[in-house]
Amino acid sequence: MDKVMKNKTAIILFMLPATVLFVSIIIVPIFMSGYYSLLDWDGMTEATFIGLDNYIGLFTSRSGGFVKSLRNAFILAGLSVTLQLGLALILALALAKGRKGERFFVTVFFIPVMISTVVIGQLWMKIYNPQYGLINMALRSMGLDNLTRTWLGDQDTALLAVFIPLLWQYVGYHMLLMYAGIKSIPTSLREAAKIDGATDNQISRYITIPLLKPVLQVCVIFAVVGSLKAFDMIYVLTNGGPAHASEVPSTLMVSRIFLRNQYGYGSSIAIMIIFLCFFFAVLIKKAFKTEVD
Amino acid sequence: MKKESKVGKNIVFALLCFWTLVQIFPLYWMFTFSLKSNSEIFGENVIGLPKEWLWENYTAALTTGNMALYFMNSFIVTAGTIALTIIAALTATYALERMVWRGRKFANNMFMLGLTVPIHAAILPVFIMLRNLKMTNSYQALIIPYAAFALAMAILISSSFISGIPRELEEAACIDGASIYGIFWHIILPLMRPALSTIGIFVFLQAWNELMFAVIFISEAKYRTLSVGIQNLSGSYTTEWGPIGAALVIATFPVLILYAFMGKRIQESLVMGAVKG
Repeated sequence: MDKVMKNKTAIILFMLPATVLFVSIIIVPIFMSGYYSLLDWDGMTEATFIGLDNYIGLFTSRSGGFVKSLRNAFILAGLSVTLQLGLALILALALAKGRKGERFFVTVFFIPVMISTVVIGQLWMKIYNPQYGLINMALRSMGLDNLTRTWLGDQDTALLAVFIPLLWQYVGYHMLLMYAGIKSIPTSLREAAKIDGATDNQISRYITIPLLKPVLQVCVIFAVVGSLKAFDMIYVLTNGGPAHASEVPSTLMVSRIFLRNQYGYGSSIAIMIIFLCFFFAVLIKKAFKTEVD
Repeated sequence: MKKESKVGKNIVFALLCFWTLVQIFPLYWMFTFSLKSNSEIFGENVIGLPKEWLWENYTAALTTGNMALYFMNSFIVTAGTIALTIIAALTATYALERMVWRGRKFANNMFMLGLTVPIHAAILPVFIMLRNLKMTNSYQALIIPYAAFALAMAILISSSFISGIPRELEEAACIDGASIYGIFWHIILPLMRPALSTIGIFVFLQAWNELMFAVIFISEAKYRTLSVGIQNLSGSYTTEWGPIGAALVIATFPVLILYAFMGKRIQESLVMGAVKG
């Protein structure tokens, strides 16, 4: 048995497809991105090595838009953690108690998660349409004409208008994770508390939510990291505009690299996105850990 | 006391019904406007069922809108990605979990790094590689990167399934003189079947809906996937809403069919993937 399990040729053969894929598409490109980020390069002519100038430019240049995109990503992350996770938690707590139609609600809330973000984005573009969209038509029919706007084209509303479809699409996902988490808590704990005279709110506050911490940690990480690398919805709805009002790092990266051929500058944005994703994932894990101790 | 909790219950129920409406209404609106003419959508009949069911919108989307082609492309790319991911993940998982060699812990940790790496990291270097190999505008330009990024989750899922298979089965086969390949093919693979559907669900949702790579790596209409195709369609059909609605419904349909048949299983898979990752 041991000899069979140490068969070198078999090990190499079994590992080969995965290793080739992983190394050539993930590992090597990360290092290449790291190297490109140190260059001034348009992808065609000779590249010049400029050290950390791209990174310095990210944070000092006002017209570059990176600081603004970062600010927007943090706003999205903040809104996601508070509004989206808050709503998801309320729904999960309401459903997991076991009520009529529980399965139906869970199933329905999860439908948007399955649908492509492009489809959802296009659909919301129609909803936001200034002339014939549902929102402005509803406002006009209520005589609130002065509240109608070009939601996606207005610098004041663009970011929020992008956030709402994101919330709408992913509430169900977080709700499902929390719901499954609550369901896995032994009911005896809640029953015991009930016998001791605890109210529903107290049970949620002192028993369910503390025991749900590991799931909440996962949800917070997904919400924050997801906002930092958000692309699809924003690309479809506004592509970062107007005037960077809804710009996030990924849309900025794509337009810098593929529209303006700034390969070096764009790569430095890519490296920042990777760094921030790892940094916040670790930070959130640490924060949850100290709270448990 | 009892009455109060009943009022509370009704409030909660009302909240759930309200949120159901919020989630369903836009989708309902999408289905209905895909069958309407502009004059109905723009004022005559905004939220009602279509007065006249314009199936021509679907014909327009499928033919002049090229949705039939894009649908086929998405299907080929998704199927290819699922196949490649499953082959690479299952063989690697077997070597990582059951076979004995130095460095397998390290290799496993490396693969798990893939759970956190965003696809942005790779987009420019992979694009340059594809361009140098003259491989942009092909199915493999999407299949290979999609499979690479799906790999970490696929290995994670198969590891948790493989650890439930008792080693005695392999030992018995070994005593009977089976080779390592025989053990993998005849013992492990058949028992891993439940893992396949979980991996398949994950990869399907990722590949079917992916946008960033598809936008960048594919410029020819011939290889466009649904997500890019819809983007293009809405750019060229700005005035007619019906065919766009039809295109959105066409892209959504397979996902909803899958969900209707395997809803519970999909939910379980996604929860499992999230909690483990």
